[in-house]
Amino acid sequence: MEKKSIEMGVDKTRYLNQAEAEGFKEIVPDDFPGKVIPGGNGGNIVVTTLDNVINWGRSNSLWSLYFGTSCCAIEMMQTGAAKHDYSRFGFEVARPSARQADLIIIAGTIVNKMGPVLRRLYDQMAEPKYVIAMGACAISGGPFFYNTYSVIKGADHVIPVDVYIPGCPPRPEALLEGMIMLQQKIKTENMSNKVNPIDGFDEGEI
Amino acid sequence: MTNEKIQNIVNGWGEGFEFSEEGSEFLNVVVPKEQLHSVCSQLRSHPDLNFDYLFCVTGMDWGEELGVIYHLESITNRHNIVVKVKTEDRENPTLDSVCDIWRTAEFHEMEIFDFFGIKFNNHPNLKRLFLTPDWDGYPLRKDYVDEANMIVK
Repeated sequence: MEKKSIEMGVDKTRYLNQAEAEGFKEIVPDDFPGKVIPGGNGGNIVVTTLDNVINWGRSNSLWSLYFGTSCCAIEMMQTGAAKHDYSRFGFEVARPSARQADLIIIAGTIVNKMGPVLRRLYDQMAEPKYVIAMGACAISGGPFFYNTYSVIKGADHVIPVDVYIPGCPPRPEALLEGMIMLQQKIKTENMSNKVNPIDGFDEGEI
Repeated sequence: MTNEKIQNIVNGWGEGFEFSEEGSEFLNVVVPKEQLHSVCSQLRSHPDLNFDYLFCVTGMDWGEELGVIYHLESITNRHNIVVKVKTEDRENPTLDSVCDIWRTAEFHEMEIFDFFGIKFNNHPNLKRLFLTPDWDGYPLRKDYVDEANMIVK
C-alpha cells in the first residue's frame, strides 16, 4: 500500500498525519458562506445554500472594464497598482472588452458624445453586471454642472448605478470602500428573486 | 531680435497696427482684418523675422467682437509675436485663412469654425471638427443658449 502511494506521486495520508502532529488546523475564512464539518477522512463536508455560494463567488471575482474618461482614472490605476492593489479583494483584473467584464467603474466625466458609447458598453456586458460611479463628474456632472453644453449631469442619466463614490477625485481608499460596499450588495442577492437593474430604469430629466 | 526691432519692421508694412506688451510675455499686435494675410505672409518670409512656427491659434469672443489670436515663434531666431485680429460682424464673421502659410492652421481654423462660427476664406476643408455636423449654433460664443443641456448660473 505504501509503495503504491509513492508510485502515484502524492501520499496524502502521510502528509495529513504529519500536519496533525505539527498542530496544523485547517483555516476557514470568516466570511465563508457555510458551515464546514470535518469528514474524519481528510475531507470536509460543507453545508450552505446555493445563493450563498454563488454570491460569494461572484462578489469575490469582479472583473472591471477599462473605463477611465478623465482624472479619476489615474486614482483608479493607483488603486489597482501595487500600493493599494484591488486584486486583494477579488477585483482581479481589468478587461478591455465589455463582454469579459462584470463591472464598469465610471472614472471620469461623461459628455453627451460619450453617453451612447457608455450605454452600448453596458448593454454589451453579460449579466449580472454592476456599475460604480466614481467621483463628482460621474455622480452629478460635478464641476461641470453649471454653464456647460457638453456634459451629462450624472452617469445615472445613461445607465443604472449601484454605488456612488464622492470625491474629486476620490482617494484609492474611498474607491476600495465603494468596491467593498458593492460586494456587500452582491451578497444580498437572491436567485429566486432576480432584479435586472435596467428594468424600469428612469433616466430622469436632462 | 528684441520686441522693439520687430515692432519697427512690422510697422513699416502698413497703417492701423496697434502694438502692446502690457500683461504679456510677448509683443502683441492687433492687425486690421483686411491686412491679416499679407502681414502673416511677410512675418513668415521676412529674412530677419522668419516666423516659421505657428504654435497656437485661439478663437475669442470679446462680447462685442469676435476674433482670432495667432501665437508665432521663430525656431531659428528664438523670438515670438502674437497677432490678433478682430471682426465686429457676428452674423457672418469672415477672416482670411493662414493655412497656406502655416499648414497647421488648417485644423485650428476648423476648430474655431466649430466653436465660434468664424469662417475662413480659402480654407480647403472648413467643417465641424468636434461637434456633430447637424449641431445648431456655436457653443463657445458668449451669447450661446442651449436650454436642453445647459444649467445657467
